[in-house]
Amino acid sequence: MSNHPHPAPSFNDSVVRQFSLMAVVWGVVGMLVGVFIAAQLAWPELNFGIPWLSYGRLRPLHTNAVIFAFGGCALFATSYWVVQRTCQVPLFARRLASFTFWGWQAVIVAAAISLPLGYTSGKEYAELEWPIDILIALVWVSYAIVFFGTIGMRKVRHIYVANWFYGAFILAVAILHLVNSAAVPAGWMKSYSAYAGVQDAMVQWWYGHNAVGFFLTAGFLGMMYYFVPKQAERPVYSYRLSIVHFWALIFTYMWAGPHHLHYTALPDWTQSIGMVFSLILLAPSWGGMINGVMTLSGAWHKLRDDPVLRFLIVSLSFYGMSTFEGPMMSIKTVNALSHYTDWTVGHVHSGALGWVGLISMGSLYYLIPRLFGQKKMFSTPAIEVHFWLATLGIVLYIAAMWIAGVMQGLMWRAINNDGTLTYTFVESVKATYPFYVVRVIGGLLYLGGMLVMAWNTWMTVANGHSSRVTISPLPVAA
Amino acid sequence: MDILFLLIPLSVSLGLLILAALGWAVWRGQFDALDAEGERILGSD
Repeated sequence: MSNHPHPAPSFNDSVVRQFSLMAVVWGVVGMLVGVFIAAQLAWPELNFGIPWLSYGRLRPLHTNAVIFAFGGCALFATSYWVVQRTCQVPLFARRLASFTFWGWQAVIVAAAISLPLGYTSGKEYAELEWPIDILIALVWVSYAIVFFGTIGMRKVRHIYVANWFYGAFILAVAILHLVNSAAVPAGWMKSYSAYAGVQDAMVQWWYGHNAVGFFLTAGFLGMMYYFVPKQAERPVYSYRLSIVHFWALIFTYMWAGPHHLHYTALPDWTQSIGMVFSLILLAPSWGGMINGVMTLSGAWHKLRDDPVLRFLIVSLSFYGMSTFEGPMMSIKTVNALSHYTDWTVGHVHSGALGWVGLISMGSLYYLIPRLFGQKKMFSTPAIEVHFWLATLGIVLYIAAMWIAGVMQGLMWRAINNDGTLTYTFVESVKATYPFYVVRVIGGLLYLGGMLVMAWNTWMTVANGHSSRVTISPLPVAA
Repeated sequence: MDILFLLIPLSVSLGLLILAALGWAVWRGQFDALDAEGERILGSD
């Protein structure tokens, strides 16, 4: 190495910096829209009669912003960091990596403009029209090339388990996007799905649930398997279990989707398959959750002093909670009560705010100081405040939606002796009002925490500097 | 339910792909010596 004519290679951290900062920015934006539409449900006058601000247009903007903009940027940032560190090489195809950043931001801006204008393909979590879908496909293929190219160049023979999770997430999302978004264009911002009726519904929820499984679960598990051990300064509880967790999860996820279509025109046996696979999923999910939490075994005291670690571990407890709740709700008899109620919304948010949100925030709190030449964030008490705001916000949100959901389900199924419905639909809406208000308060707390994070990030960056991190020659690997 | 003629073969081929990836990993000795792998990431960044 001493005669090497070139300067020592360095990690490509500029793209990680870009994605990390934009994750914080889009987090604030997406959660702000979320609080606004939550307030619209409590006080419908808040759409001010302006079509661009109507709930139907802003709701997909909220979901796209928090899942694909906030969550997506956090996944790009962490996967690029993790794959470089665990493989001990810089990113493959530096320019393509840069394209994934600018391309992804272009997708987000296009979504932020086209959705309020009313352009939508009408597919949940895949509302964007076909020209944007094509850009997504281009960015995603580039992402795959950068990620797997880096794995291919690795200097460490063993592929660390987090990379398997990230890799499965990237490949599965590519396939899901291509199949679900297949459409016949009818003008520049108009298209018709390639599938019709119940076929379309089946593809939609095959996509929808696997997006939960691979985008919102596998990707963030990649994050978990790197940042929990790093922050705890201990290896993952059982590395063997992490391998079993990975293969079990990806083998069983693919067919849980039909549980979104219980009691519909979908054939009964397909619904039952969806239910059975959902129940099976409890095992690998809890295996992974326990593996992550037990990483702290013998070092529980760290939770007391380290709010970043608390973000990561509490996110795992929400992962455990929602992966228990999910299979339970997929049981047809339970689903008969829960479906179409706000219980579903509560379930989604215990996963989204609790698992995806907190694990991303914890990982970003680990990354941001290191990306800007600092040892830790500007203010640790601010992380503490963020943690409690977020946790309180989640508890208020999901408790309100549980009560609202079960109440709605019971009201809708209540029948008088003569066979007529006991309650009109609007009576259940009226009864839900106080819970919608509590949800707004929970959302405001969660958003408030995100604003504290944005301030803390700003101060950390302002006091920091971005520096090149050279890749030190490896100790001889086994 | 014509769509199942697309989705089931697709899922089966994905399953086979996953199986092939698992086979590759096992055959290439990715999982032969796991004891040190969890610790390796804990060094400096």
